[in-house]
Amino acid sequence: MSFTIRKDPKGVVIVGVDGQLIVSNRHELKQKVLDAVADGERKVLVDFAETGYIDSSGLGVLVSLSKRLREEGGELRLSGLNDDLRMLFELTKLDTLFNITDSADEALASF
Amino acid sequence: MTEPSHLAVQRSEAVSPETGCAELRICIRVPTDLEVVEEAVDLVARHCLASGVSAQQARFNLRVALCEALSNAIIYGNGLDPRKSVDIEVSLADQLVTVRVTDEGSGFDPDTVPEPSLPDGIEATTGRGLFLIRRLVDRVYFNNRGNAICMVLRRA
Repeated sequence: MSFTIRKDPKGVVIVGVDGQLIVSNRHELKQKVLDAVADGERKVLVDFAETGYIDSSGLGVLVSLSKRLREEGGELRLSGLNDDLRMLFELTKLDTLFNITDSADEALASF
Repeated sequence: MTEPSHLAVQRSEAVSPETGCAELRICIRVPTDLEVVEEAVDLVARHCLASGVSAQQARFNLRVALCEALSNAIIYGNGLDPRKSVDIEVSLADQLVTVRVTDEGSGFDPDTVPEPSLPDGIEATTGRGLFLIRRLVDRVYFNNRGNAICMVLRRA
């Protein structure tokens, strides 16, 4: 499992999650996004198109990063959740906290 | 079935003391190491699939529930102490899948865990594991000490 980071021409940092976002790798994602925030980035999109599973600690990291970006005047958005992952967000009502789109392209069009 | 590296699986046929029906039991002892959570959960999911549990239940409901229970056992139950281990016992019967996760901790009171989906808890960064378990399986109960969680899923 790994994370990829790229930046689109509009200045949105796109983090791709390949595999799973779980208790054993959540700190790696958190640090990558915090490093981007420290470098002045304020728009971050985490794309889950290649992700099979997110556990509750992964959800917690996303909540934490979302808070941090809002404190800095920025925003964390999510895209590409499969049906199972979307259900996790609905069960925990986190779908009300995040801007979630079906695809990264859709998110970038309005970010 | 090819087993991954270092997690040993014990399979046995037994008669359930509760129902009197035959069931397949799978036992795995997991070290207190977060790096093995994924491997252990995959292993159980594959055994459940091979035993006829539906793909949705094996790959989602059981997978999520076991991942959360195992993580909780390692972090909070065993306190990340590498000298301790966690036991997973899966019982596969005609109607039910029962997964018991037991750690070596002193236990906790599940009634004290706050509800993370309430407005006040929505931005909490922890505390969603037990909440998810309760919504993804049909029944959850704990032993008196509070160091073993038992999750029961009615087979689809």
